[in-house]
Amino acid sequence: MTTGADTIRIDGEEIPFTPGQTIMDAALAAGIYIPHLCHYPGLPPSGNCRLCVVEIGNRSAAACITAAAAGQEIRNNTPELNEARQAITQMLFVEGNHICPSCEKTGNCKLQAMAYHLGMLDDHFPQFYQRRELDASHPDILLDRSRCILCDLCVRASRDVDQKNIFAIAGRGTNAHLIVNTPSGKLADSTMATTDLAANICPVGAILIKEKGYEVPIGQRIYDRQTIRETGLQEHVERKNDD
Amino acid sequence: MINCSSSFAHEHLLHRLHAIQQQYRHIPPHAMQQTASEFNVPLSQVAAVVAFYSFFSTQPRGRFDILFSNCTSCGYLTGERNLLQMFCQQLQVTPGKTRADGLVSIDETSCIGMCDQGASLLINGVPVTGLNAAKLTQIAQLIIDEIPLQQWPGAWFDIPDTIHRRDLLLTEHLIPGTALQRAFQYGVSETLAIIQQSGLRGRGGAGFDTGKKWQLCRAAPGKARYVVCNADEGEPGTFKDRLLLREYASALFEGMALCAFVIGAQKGFVYLRGEYRYLLPHLQTTLERRHDQGLLGNDILGQPGFDFDIDIVVGAGAYICGEESALIESLEGKPGIPRIRPPFPVTHGYLGQPTVVNNVETFIAAAHIAARGSAWFKTAGTPSSAGSKILSISGDCEKSGIYEYPFGVTVQQVLDDCGATDVQAVQTGGPAGTLLSPAEFGRAIAFDDAATGGSFLVFGQQRDLLAIHRNFAHFFAHESCGFCTPCRVGTQLLKNALNNIAEGRGAAADIDELQHLSRIVQHQSHCGLGHTAANHVLDGLRKFPQVFSLHLRPHFTARFDLDQALASARQITHRDDAGAHLDNER
Ligand SMILES: Cc1cc2nc3c(=O)[nH]c(=O)nc-3n(C[C@H](O)[C@H](O)[C@H](O)COP(=O)(O)O)c2cc1C
Ligand code: SF4
Ligand code: SF4
Ligand code: FES
Repeated sequence: MTTGADTIRIDGEEIPFTPGQTIMDAALAAGIYIPHLCHYPGLPPSGNCRLCVVEIGNRSAAACITAAAAGQEIRNNTPELNEARQAITQMLFVEGNHICPSCEKTGNCKLQAMAYHLGMLDDHFPQFYQRRELDASHPDILLDRSRCILCDLCVRASRDVDQKNIFAIAGRGTNAHLIVNTPSGKLADSTMATTDLAANICPVGAILIKEKGYEVPIGQRIYDRQTIRETGLQEHVERKNDD
Repeated sequence: MINCSSSFAHEHLLHRLHAIQQQYRHIPPHAMQQTASEFNVPLSQVAAVVAFYSFFSTQPRGRFDILFSNCTSCGYLTGERNLLQMFCQQLQVTPGKTRADGLVSIDETSCIGMCDQGASLLINGVPVTGLNAAKLTQIAQLIIDEIPLQQWPGAWFDIPDTIHRRDLLLTEHLIPGTALQRAFQYGVSETLAIIQQSGLRGRGGAGFDTGKKWQLCRAAPGKARYVVCNADEGEPGTFKDRLLLREYASALFEGMALCAFVIGAQKGFVYLRGEYRYLLPHLQTTLERRHDQGLLGNDILGQPGFDFDIDIVVGAGAYICGEESALIESLEGKPGIPRIRPPFPVTHGYLGQPTVVNNVETFIAAAHIAARGSAWFKTAGTPSSAGSKILSISGDCEKSGIYEYPFGVTVQQVLDDCGATDVQAVQTGGPAGTLLSPAEFGRAIAFDDAATGGSFLVFGQQRDLLAIHRNFAHFFAHESCGFCTPCRVGTQLLKNALNNIAEGRGAAADIDELQHLSRIVQHQSHCGLGHTAANHVLDGLRKFPQVFSLHLRPHFTARFDLDQALASARQITHRDDAGAHLDNER
């Protein structure tokens, strides 16, 4: 079996792509879900979470940053890859301090939803218990670095969509942390507003809009109603902007 | 105030931050703001750069700032002694914490490339080698007496190079200009063809075809092209570029100019690792001499329109900046986070323009090839690996130092030559490379066999290999750039898992766990650091399983260490219940 000049094959299914599209773009357009956390269609891809790693022939590549090329035979939804994805999700859990039962984001959190999607039952790895700074200085927005997974989405949203460039990631290895682009390093001194994309795009409970916690009752939250697979196939930056 | 004027307008961000660090012993917030506004970059970029590179700090370091190498060859653990600990006691310093009076700070740093010189440290950025208890005691006294470095014994700062074996590149010095003269005679296409025919492959580790790289760069569309020399030499156990920069810098610059001629570049950079800053004056003098000789600058050797200049950019302590795209980010004044590849630097490199990045040794080999022809180069080596390879040999052998061999030499031959007997294992290519057991000593040094960028570490029978694995794991966890999850978290988990096993808290299941973790780090990571960070663990588990299994406890053991977990509580409450200990039955 060979694939056509402008098609790729994912887990045996032949799908079209247009030049310039990544494997992720082509897959989502064709309704094929490739697990992803640091990617949000409409923002430039980053490739940091590594959930979307697929296999092309004998090499591994992150679908969100790899160009689709004619004839690629891609493995995505395989037990081995999903097992690796689960391990990566567990790594993200143990690296931060995730307080799921009491977190304002619970039920709306992508990390949690990814864990459910991948059938994760425990943290598996020992917790890091890192000390991470909390920034409650802003009147309307809370930044809790304990729950940050360093996905870089707020950085890109603020820079490329809000045009404010409020965030950056600094520090090497497990010292990596989100910083605020103000002399004080505090969010209060930035121009961040609750309507910014950066204030709304955080997949976890690291950037929260104050006084909005637990508004939606259990049973009606995003991932009570849908799986991350379903939301992942629908999301796009423009749509996110008008809600 | 920081004395900066418009003369610094074209200064590199890393150089400015280095100057500030020197002046204040740290980078204070007001200096970051001033730097950001002068360089016209976001404050967050300056802050991210400061946080990324080991040699910058936001808390004041001591007036004498000491960093011990923690490499397995030039590190502070020598035989029975922990030199770092000893020195800290002498000066009453806690590692990593500046002494309250601001006199001194002591910490450790990744391999500083002095592996043939014995235990080594950097003091205010300058290497002091051949450390032992007596020398350190003297150093401690000089520090207590606050004697400036300039008045310390000059011989302490000499770093003697020992070349034990010379082959193609180290036998005769290239006569300045000969490679370029030849290239002008032949013209661009013929010169490129000679490099291609020579079979020269990159000496930095990956072994990419050099002629092909130059050709791709030449063919790529762009507004400008750049030549970049990778002198980051961060792989523990590698120090051959240190020698080449010291003794063969002119040939290096000739190789870079040759590349510029072939690809059509006007600007080149040497990215020099911060640990080698002491070589900067020498390199600058060599550049000036070549300018005076008409070998750099405008209309080089009277060739109309062939203009080429070289700047040296000094790094600030980050192994990842040896990865070519991270290096380019660093050249651009950013944290060294590896880029998305493709596109590769040959088409989208420095400032997004076509860029050749080659190792020091690669450029020197290219210069010799242009001067002497491809046939000369192919007289040495094997079909897959033409020419010679310069090895940095260190560890448990009588004669550590520099050895140049034709490719194809066996590991055993190398061991015999360097006086290594009773060898337990050899690590080629540094921690990212391959761990070889004695059964494999018949293997050849070549790209398609025992490959190495230059590092050749010898481990004798008396060495605790698990300690070596812990050292390597610590290295990768420390040097992971932190961009991607599997490497950022996985290298930390590997380090912790090896520590657990070594400390007697490992059970049989932990071996499977190591395998599992290693494969995830290897396959799911973003760049070469992650792809290779677990090699040593997988090699060790396969070739030296007893090294791990010897430490395992026969029955289930808690991964968690009660004493460690309670330590801070015990300290705060000043009580320690005899009953609150688990390990009494051990
Ligand atoms: C983590 C990492 C560190 C590296 N360090 C170096 C280095 O110190 N020196 C070097 O020449 N190449 C290093 N490389 C390889 C470079 O990315 C690149 O392949 C090389 O500079 C190309 O030059 P060459 O073809 O002449 O070898 C490193 C690669 C990785 C992934
Ligand atoms: S704060 Fe949220 S959006 Fe920003 S990097 Fe952290 S997890 Fe990602
Ligand atoms: S593999 Fe490691 S060094 Fe490379 S990008 Fe990922 S975190 Fe950074
Ligand atoms: S979604 Fe591709 S790496 Fe995160």
